Amino acid sequence: MTDEARVDWEAVIGIETHVELQTASKMFCGCPVSFGAPPNTTVCPVCLGLPGALPVPNEAAIEGILRIGAAFGCELVSYSEFHRKNYFYPDLPKNYQISQYDLPLCVNGSVEIETDESSSTIGITRVHMEEDTGKSLHVGEGGRIADADHSLLDFNRSGVPLVEIVSEPDIRSAAEARAYGSEIQRIVRSLGVSDARLEEGSMRFDANISVRRRGDEEFGTRTEVKNVNSLRSLQGAIAFEIERQVRVLEGGGSVVQETRHWNEATGVTASMRSKEESEDYRYFQEPDLVPLEVDDAWRERIVASLPELPSARRSRYRALGLDMINAGLLVDDAALGSLFDDAVAAGADPAATANRLTGEVVAYTRREGVGVSETALTADHLVELGTMVTEGDLSATAAKDVLAGVLAGEGMPRAVAEQRDLLQISDLGVIEAAVESVLAEHAEAVERMQGGDMKPVGFLVGQVMRATGGKADPKAVSELIRSRASSET
Amino acid sequence: MTDPADLTLGEAAAELRSGSLSARELLDAVTARAANTEAQLHAFLTLDRDGARTAAEAADTAIAAGEDLGPLMGIPIAVKDNMCTRGIETTAGSKILSGYEPPYDATVVSRLRDAGAVIVGKTNLDEFAMGSSTENSAYGPTHNPWDTDRVPGGSSGGSAASVAVGSSIAALGSDTGGSIRQPASLCGIVGAKPTYGLVSRYGLIAFASSLDQIGPFARNVGDTATLLEVVAGFDIRDATSFRGARPDIAGGLTAGVAGVRVGMVKELMGDAIAPPVRAAVQRTIDLLDDAGAEIVEISMPSFDYALSAYYLIAPAECSANLARFDGVRYGLRVDGETTETMMGRSRAAGFGPEVSRRILLGTYALSAGYYDAFYGQAQRVRTLVRRDFAAAYEQADVLVSPTAPSTAFPIGAKTADPLEMYYQDICTIPLNLAGDPGMSVPVALDDDGLPIGFQVMAPALGEKVMFQVGAEVERLVAFDSRPALATSEVTLP
Amino acid sequence: MPVDIDIAKVAKLARLELSAEELERYGAQLGDILEHAERVQALPTEGVPPTSHPLPMTNAFRSDEVTGSLDRDDVLAAAPDADGPYFRVPKILGEEVEGDNG
Repeated sequence: MTDEARVDWEAVIGIETHVELQTASKMFCGCPVSFGAPPNTTVCPVCLGLPGALPVPNEAAIEGILRIGAAFGCELVSYSEFHRKNYFYPDLPKNYQISQYDLPLCVNGSVEIETDESSSTIGITRVHMEEDTGKSLHVGEGGRIADADHSLLDFNRSGVPLVEIVSEPDIRSAAEARAYGSEIQRIVRSLGVSDARLEEGSMRFDANISVRRRGDEEFGTRTEVKNVNSLRSLQGAIAFEIERQVRVLEGGGSVVQETRHWNEATGVTASMRSKEESEDYRYFQEPDLVPLEVDDAWRERIVASLPELPSARRSRYRALGLDMINAGLLVDDAALGSLFDDAVAAGADPAATANRLTGEVVAYTRREGVGVSETALTADHLVELGTMVTEGDLSATAAKDVLAGVLAGEGMPRAVAEQRDLLQISDLGVIEAAVESVLAEHAEAVERMQGGDMKPVGFLVGQVMRATGGKADPKAVSELIRSRASSET
Repeated sequence: MTDPADLTLGEAAAELRSGSLSARELLDAVTARAANTEAQLHAFLTLDRDGARTAAEAADTAIAAGEDLGPLMGIPIAVKDNMCTRGIETTAGSKILSGYEPPYDATVVSRLRDAGAVIVGKTNLDEFAMGSSTENSAYGPTHNPWDTDRVPGGSSGGSAASVAVGSSIAALGSDTGGSIRQPASLCGIVGAKPTYGLVSRYGLIAFASSLDQIGPFARNVGDTATLLEVVAGFDIRDATSFRGARPDIAGGLTAGVAGVRVGMVKELMGDAIAPPVRAAVQRTIDLLDDAGAEIVEISMPSFDYALSAYYLIAPAECSANLARFDGVRYGLRVDGETTETMMGRSRAAGFGPEVSRRILLGTYALSAGYYDAFYGQAQRVRTLVRRDFAAAYEQADVLVSPTAPSTAFPIGAKTADPLEMYYQDICTIPLNLAGDPGMSVPVALDDDGLPIGFQVMAPALGEKVMFQVGAEVERLVAFDSRPALATSEVTLP
Repeated sequence: MPVDIDIAKVAKLARLELSAEELERYGAQLGDILEHAERVQALPTEGVPPTSHPLPMTNAFRSDEVTGSLDRDDVLAAAPDADGPYFRVPKILGEEVEGDNG
């Protein structure tokens, strides 16, 4: 049973999304932001929390978060402050995290999402700036924290700029949650501020989930599922939580407010016992940093710098006649989309070009494990290929072979077609001669046609195609054969 | 001939350039003075003999080659042990950092080196600069060179005692609530807390970030200004560093006080101030009056609340600043079954009582349910203090007061009652809350032969007028006493 | 007015493992200090904004440039315990996952 099947109950879901920004240097120091560097090599006094070190904010990270906020239509506030969030944890070098509390940089935005069943607007409460923590590796049997004998710490990730995007509790199903997560990922990627790779942890989710009887105004007691690191897990964990909570409530029990952990392998959430009875983060203004002010000029510069956002691109592609799937694929892969845009701008047919890109081209890039920008394919190739097909120089089948040749770097489509001897015979005289010769060989078939039985047409076309090495336009051949049959009656 | 250890910075710099004294000779004199006095004073936690010798030799080589490395070329300088020195033990007076060698230099230390200074060592302090007597050092107290049974003040007591006795020519300290000015007063030397943001805090082991400021000690006002000029200026590594052009610091040293409006702070001349101190300050004000200054009496009603506000704000900031000392990446570790236990034990064992007390106080003041009543209210009081200063500087160019409510007190006299110790800072704390500059100039000795300091305060970035008035006070009072320990020949057995 | 302090809770938040005697002593001292500090509450501050910072400055940034990192050997030299390229700490309690109660 899916959550959507529960007609009596409604889920209320809010999601906190953490996105690491891919700036050159960290949030508060000059260490590089690099994924996969050897442990403890991209660290300095600041991100290691050494005595005496001080943070200085990275301007590019502030620009990055403002771009994210602007993409959600948030208000970029005129006055903002950093706060210290105090808690002890060994991967947090200063034992406080520099974050934002009551004065975040961006507030009150929204994002449009679409699922198979619905489209809706999800409110964005706030977008704020913070720093990432280091990583702990739990050593011992099973590698689980509870069984660990000791832990090892790597501070390379410490101080990487981290943006937290907090949604309103506007999400109503696991499918919507997934669509939301996916749209956030697309938007962040379209801005070029982060690759937002869930599998590498540069994007991760915390979901707050509660259920209430449909029609109720009050929210139910919520649980939080933390550190979800794939879209599939996000959907799975929320679907499981909704089911579990409904079952608890229908069984006369009550939901306990707690943090739960999603187990990818078993597909269930489990309660996490917190050692602190209650968290008291003792937020106060970060005295090592001065306030942030965003003036109108900066705000306008940020808004003007935004690229076309995924939702706008999707609408534009749909207006060009592309189906949902093709439009979605072109939006998701920025390089593919921009190749499409260039080709269409140069005169290529949108639907046919989209089909080629999302069909053969994507198949090729997946097979080769490369991005489309790493192939030889250009917009000019797509335009020429399209023209050759519409003008009858290439059959649909031959066009696929030519595209493969282009992708392999064999040159412009016409050159590839010539090289591979794939051009259709455009000389009508040559086709007519072939038809004549085939009809002469198959007199009985011609007779049947003359008797009104058109079944042999297909067979005869096949014979002509074989005789021309597949280079005749089958449509033209078919028409010729039919006209001959009728003319001789 | 004068022992080179007794030269002022200006005199020593002139002799080095004229060739009548080498940097090596100057260092030897200062080192000998340390050897003769450290057993009684304990001003230093670490003496960097090798580094100092190398720097002195480099200065001599430069002088021989006709180069000028800067105003501190060849000058022996002491640095408070809460400023990081690459590869030289830096403890902040705490057991939790015993043996810790930072992998980098504080910005002020780099600037000293760049200016040709010879860093002689790291001076003693109250643990993490929390205290007013240098008795809170985990490595034992520093003694006052005027009377070794008494405290030198604090928390920069080691720096102040060293400059007073001649085991350095000048020194750096840090001032969060008076930690430069009060020991300068108790040790009979000059000390200045610059405008917040004028000197980079990068590499200063933080006590209370919005209050901490590094500043100079020397034996006269001009030398103090010289040292400040070297270390002041914008630093990209400190986001609270002042970004404008560095204000004029020493431009008014000989300008006198004719027409300068000098405000006497009424609230700092009351019963809380020892009568001999009050009398000496009043005499100094009269001298300024005679010299052409316009004396005005000014009331600062918020000052009565400044101490209370300070003892909420500073501990709150320190509770977070000192959270990083957890036994994970550096410093003392006391083993435990779990990381949580290890952290709790390491911190309990590594911090002394005053530090633990302030961490607890600050944690409480920030915790849920108490924030508004304590920390939030203290910040609003801070605004009122700033407003009082702003109003006062409408009527006066500088404000003056005693630096400390009393002269040096006996070691152990105030350790039992934290509150009584906190009262040592009543004259100095308001300035830190406001972020303004202030300095202490010695003006007299009391009947016990202990020095009395006179505080000159100025508006933010008003260092020029502060040093101008300080220099005139120095000229008018002609205080030229030195502690007995500096002038007596002590030979070690 | 005496100030009521749950000193054990405060010590736990501050990650200080103190003995019962220490807790009692610090609790009493904090009470005295806070009683004095409560004076700040007597001052009327309605409409007075808080000052968190003495400098009237905003937007102090650095440009996005890599300026280098420390040598790992120097970093780990100060570590109380290290294991290969890592800092090493005892078992972390933090949060534990309980058995499934779904």
